Amino acid sequence: MLILNMLKRNSLLIALILVMILFEIAIRLKTGGAVSLFSPQNFTNIIYQNSYVIILAVGMLFLIIGCGNIDLSVGSVVALIGAVAGVLMVVMPENETAFFSNPTMNMYFAIAVCLLLGILIGAWHGFWIAYIRIPSFIVTLAGMLLFRGLALIVLDGITISPFSREYLDLFTSFIPANRANAFDTTMVVTGFIVVVYVFGILFDRLNKIKKGYEVDPMYAFLFKHIIILAAVIASSVLLGKNKGIPVILILILAIVIIYAFIANKTVIGRRIYALGGNEKAAKLSGVNTNRLLFLSYVNMGLLAAVAALVCVARFNSASPMAGTGYELDAIGACFIGGASAYGGVGTVGGAVIGAVFMGVLNNGMSILGVDANWQKAVKGLVLLAAVVVDVMSKKRVQN
Amino acid sequence: MTEQNILLKMKNITKTFGKVTALRDVNLEVKQGEVHALVGENGAGKSTLMNVLSGIYPYGSYDGDIIFDNETCKFSKIHDSEDKGIVIIHQELALVPYLSIAENMFLGNERTSSLSKGVLDWPRTFQRAKELLELVGLDEDPHTLIKDIGVGKQQLVEIAKAISKNCRLLILDEPTASLNESDSQKLLELIDKFRSEGMTSIIISHKLNEISYIANSITVIRDGSTIETLDNSNHDVSEDRIIAGMVGRALTDRFPKRNPDHKISSEVLLEVKDWTVYHPLNLNRKVNDNVSIKLHKGEVVGFAGLMGAGRTEFAKSLFGHSYGAKISGKVIINGKEVVLNTVTDAIKNGLAYVTEDRKGDGLVLENPISTNMTLANLEAVSSRLVIDKDLELVKSKELKQDLNVKCASVLQNVGNLSGGNQQKVLLAKWIFALPDVLILDEPTRGIDVGAKYEIYCLINKLVEAGKAVLMISSELPEVLGMSDRIYVMNEGKIVAEMPRKDASQESIMGAILRSSDKKPTMEQ
Repeated sequence: MLILNMLKRNSLLIALILVMILFEIAIRLKTGGAVSLFSPQNFTNIIYQNSYVIILAVGMLFLIIGCGNIDLSVGSVVALIGAVAGVLMVVMPENETAFFSNPTMNMYFAIAVCLLLGILIGAWHGFWIAYIRIPSFIVTLAGMLLFRGLALIVLDGITISPFSREYLDLFTSFIPANRANAFDTTMVVTGFIVVVYVFGILFDRLNKIKKGYEVDPMYAFLFKHIIILAAVIASSVLLGKNKGIPVILILILAIVIIYAFIANKTVIGRRIYALGGNEKAAKLSGVNTNRLLFLSYVNMGLLAAVAALVCVARFNSASPMAGTGYELDAIGACFIGGASAYGGVGTVGGAVIGAVFMGVLNNGMSILGVDANWQKAVKGLVLLAAVVVDVMSKKRVQN
Repeated sequence: MTEQNILLKMKNITKTFGKVTALRDVNLEVKQGEVHALVGENGAGKSTLMNVLSGIYPYGSYDGDIIFDNETCKFSKIHDSEDKGIVIIHQELALVPYLSIAENMFLGNERTSSLSKGVLDWPRTFQRAKELLELVGLDEDPHTLIKDIGVGKQQLVEIAKAISKNCRLLILDEPTASLNESDSQKLLELIDKFRSEGMTSIIISHKLNEISYIANSITVIRDGSTIETLDNSNHDVSEDRIIAGMVGRALTDRFPKRNPDHKISSEVLLEVKDWTVYHPLNLNRKVNDNVSIKLHKGEVVGFAGLMGAGRTEFAKSLFGHSYGAKISGKVIINGKEVVLNTVTDAIKNGLAYVTEDRKGDGLVLENPISTNMTLANLEAVSSRLVIDKDLELVKSKELKQDLNVKCASVLQNVGNLSGGNQQKVLLAKWIFALPDVLILDEPTRGIDVGAKYEIYCLINKLVEAGKAVLMISSELPEVLGMSDRIYVMNEGKIVAEMPRKDASQESIMGAILRSSDKKPTMEQ
């Protein structure tokens, strides 16, 4: 019964697995077993291709939970911050006008400037939306045009490249750097993670029992964690067989874990849910709603900056048209992941699964050689279908 | 009983939702030209029955027959019942705020040009609207936007709209729930006038005094079944008689007795001096004018007044300046003067405000019971800004037990609970914030008799534990039944203060009327 409930609650995850299996079968049939969705190479690819969507979706999710707001400008912000990164790290050192003669120092300086710029852009949006109460749709639509324009101005309409090897390594390298040790190192790291995880959950369970709190029955506890561990180990085997653990995966995991913790376990997270669920009630319960809304936008700006840094590294170029449509990918990921357009409902895990879902669709269809235009159409239908299923299932619960 | 014709007969109506039976063999007979009251606790099935009647639940989704005007009816949608002349006015008014009175009146039933059905005939619309407004005694220009008139007048617009549909049976669901005493009175008189002109109506209400005043017959529903139909043609059925039918036992005392050993201390917990508040949009209008009150430890103080007297505004402005502008005055808590600029300040100083609008301002309906209960005092279940969810669960289960919240689990969404249980969750939330002074704004609005009693018991428990309660209520029997002392507010001013023993409905209403007479009315 408990396991059934667990499956029901994770219906999206199950849908994702089903879609993966379907693609796998289709791909194998089409290529006669030569290509696989789960090949080590392709698995790494999926992680790379979706890194920026996951980062943006996490930021977007907090806006959606916090009041059903969205930020239409993130694609343009990614372009602008990428452009600034390009100027600071590519153009200026070439003209010997860099702030620091040491290229490593210059790189860190540029990253700091970019993150700060993201925060400022977030604060710009947050100020108008939270304190002046301009509708977020309008403010961020204006931002979408404004920052795209600025990106074009900064780059003078051209794409600049290449970035230094050092910078690229920061986001696109693997652990270990030496490919020969990839499998062994990955396994050692995985073993370490598994041990820490097992100790962590056991400690938590014992602690709860000691304090007299309720715990899941043993079989449900085992079922849940064995599945999680199996997924972790299987993924790391695939990664190990390729080039090892991508640095970007560590960055994404860190972001996801930190923000999931904020959403689930902290006072500020709880207050964001309350703000989105009923702003007036939150206010009368002592929540500083304006500041919370403002901070959510600042956070979105910061994460957009991180996504921009990842993007320029991945493409090894800063382009004024970078990031086009990213905002829609991020928003779509959140809604597929079960967030409510009215605010107050949504999870970080859901948004991540939503992002991966879209990523797998892209990747699977590309391998199958589906026409790019058709890919767009399919993605649109999937987005609608996901939300329809969500709304319908909620209705059934109510009746 | 036999000389009058039966207009509506609902026979053996049974309606189930999945495994839950909402109505079981309900019978209802409404005579031509009477006002028939339908009473019962929340969740007894009144609204379900009316939804069956109006076709919201279509024919086939229930068992039993509806016979209207000697004709068996099979309504499959609301339009079908409206065609027969059955019009229902819901508790939550279905008016569009930014359309005019006339446009609202003919929404879905537009007056159109003789040439084309798709083109509006504005002159005829406004002419007809004017006639209908006269009929219901509403002196407003039909061009006025709905948002610009009060709830009482909006209710009249709804009735005018109903009449425009050639209404033969008017169903009013809690028509006076959001009206003040004088607007309620006007509305009841209007219903009475229509009755004398031959209109039949069904009225659903929790206000039993109004029922015994207006109704000719009273049908009591309990747990989805008809219990009895009382003949009230002489208006002699007592409120206690109706309550006995509703709860299935005689409720010997509607207001629980306090522990006889309980003493009100002379210690003043909260004192407010010269509190003056201006309207947030209209900075020239005073909403509270030099209000001064005192609350003693262990005391329930009633705050009586008409709706719109400024009591909620007083409470909200006091509670961390949640309302109003240019607020001035002194607040003294436990002998110390404090400044409460934010809600957080107010909570820290031991104040709690339990709102009158539990759905709009009080609860996060999409969130579980447990997180609603802890929202105002998350510090108590967290350390260094990290919430201990297990502790939260334990605490919320304790509160659920203490307040007797009826729910399957504290992880259930608050939105799925009944009004009474939602109110208990809201109270639990503020009790968990450990206040010294609780301001309860209409704590029993829209909840049934049983839940009211439990809330009264809880208020007694709170003051017995040494807290002070300021109870804002528009129901005078409740103010008189629960308070140790009563303030009366009118037009933003305290116009009377009386100990319980000197207070009566007459003295309170008298104080309000006398203060209004002294000067021309401020509004409009």
